[in-house]
Amino acid sequence: MQLRLLKEKVAEMYEKSEFFHKRMDEAGVKPEDINSFEDFRRVPFMKKADLRDNYPDKLFVVSYDDLVRVHVSSGTTGKPTVVGYTQKDLDNWSEALARGMTSFGLSKKDMVQNMHGYGLFTGGLGVHYGAEKIGATVLPISTGNTSRQIQLMQDLPVTALAGTPSYYFHIADVCDQMGVDIRTATKVRKGIAGGEPWSESMRKKLEERTGIKTYNCYGASEFYGPMFLECEEQNGLHLWADLAYVEILDENDQPCKEGERGAIVITMLQKEAFPLIRYRIGDISAIDWTPCKCGRTHPRLMRISGRTDDMLVVRGVNVFPSQIESVIGEISWLSPFYHLTLTNENYMDNMLVEVELTEEALTEDMVKLNKMSNELSRRLKDVLNIKADVKLCLPGTLPRFEGKAVHVTDKRCYD
Amino acid sequence: MMSNIIKQLSIFVNNEPGRLAHISSVLKECNINMRAFNLAESTEFGILRAIVDNPDEAYDALKLKGIIAKKTDVIGVYLEDHPGALFMAADALGKANINIEYGYAYSYKDKAIFFIRVDDPVKAVEVIGKQGIKLVSDSEI
Repeated sequence: MQLRLLKEKVAEMYEKSEFFHKRMDEAGVKPEDINSFEDFRRVPFMKKADLRDNYPDKLFVVSYDDLVRVHVSSGTTGKPTVVGYTQKDLDNWSEALARGMTSFGLSKKDMVQNMHGYGLFTGGLGVHYGAEKIGATVLPISTGNTSRQIQLMQDLPVTALAGTPSYYFHIADVCDQMGVDIRTATKVRKGIAGGEPWSESMRKKLEERTGIKTYNCYGASEFYGPMFLECEEQNGLHLWADLAYVEILDENDQPCKEGERGAIVITMLQKEAFPLIRYRIGDISAIDWTPCKCGRTHPRLMRISGRTDDMLVVRGVNVFPSQIESVIGEISWLSPFYHLTLTNENYMDNMLVEVELTEEALTEDMVKLNKMSNELSRRLKDVLNIKADVKLCLPGTLPRFEGKAVHVTDKRCYD
Repeated sequence: MMSNIIKQLSIFVNNEPGRLAHISSVLKECNINMRAFNLAESTEFGILRAIVDNPDEAYDALKLKGIIAKKTDVIGVYLEDHPGALFMAADALGKANINIEYGYAYSYKDKAIFFIRVDDPVKAVEVIGKQGIKLVSDSEI
């Protein structure tokens, strides 16, 4: 069935998408050449840069009349990615999440407190519709206002949470401060955790601390949004084989052996408005094809273990060093020398941007220094969508590199 | 020519242990004598503000050693050693709408000298002079 869907999607895209047609012609591949999974590997890749270059809507293959929603994700160098959805796209997206939630035991009896951000990000509305699809009650509280989150968790019969791993830890911290024991003061026993990487030992710690059994969730706005979830076994994300075809490729773009880690390349089999064919998401993982103990035969994607590019995930938000570079480049009083340091205290990420002032701009006027620091901070937040700590440095004090500069020190610990 | 506007050196120092020791050893090597100084810190780095006997030479010497400094105009006000002396100077500047950004004082014989950075040093010299308050001239440093 996957092969049939693949062939259909390629044929459809070849006909409807100018971009895809051109790419296929350049690669010398025709839709009728594809008769096996091996043939399919001749189809050219799509990359993040392709989405950016075709901003805002050149990759859509339906008209706006047929779109019922668009989401916008932050981009690498200023330009975001716009993703359109037909009604069927929204249905399939909700279906993917509904299946996932069912697979770890959520049902209409549950109340889901959705702590993912609503709006242009896909996390909030994705989980929202998925949970409604299984008939669960949704509390669409969105992110932030932690004491209110904890209050409502106690006042209402909330049984499950959805949020980023670091936010769960924050909730746990604030519960401690407020003297709230989640085990006794609430009915929350399960949680969906996604949007940023974390480790198995972090999960264990969180579960021990809060009594909330957490299930990993993986996705990206380019797919639909969050899409793949773990089942009750907590042993890999079930890749819905009727919705997505996932390849794991090595450095030479050859398929990895089963269980070996490599670059994730995803093809969305039933996506209508904004199809993805052999899309390189940039994450690294492996696939386990053995049937899961839960009985499901959909292959399982293991924990994401890294990136093929320099993208960082900070507090659930994708950050590219190039974004920071471009902000710095626009400010005349800054030199191009900068350094990013990532740390996490109680698993809450913190990002420090150190950047050198130019010698001309250096001043002993504290008020001016403060103003400059605030301006940089504000401009970074505009581009990155998250707050960064900023430190202006004296000219010539940040490390210089011969050859490839190392701009990032990631000290985050996931043990 | 004598002037009541004094060049202060603002020496920039990274906020880390041993940096002041390093700067002072360079000052010693370069034979720079400090008459008065003050340490300030921003969130970003420290600033050693110093009145030295020969600011231009000191500036060049520091630059050769890779230490960044800037020259800033300040004025030095002699304050009589009795209550109200500071008020007289500060009040005159305030009434003339001159803003004091920072200052530091030290005792000198039977007086005190108050080095101040103001937003308009030329006007400040005039205002202080009119009050009959004595100013430090650069030749005295």
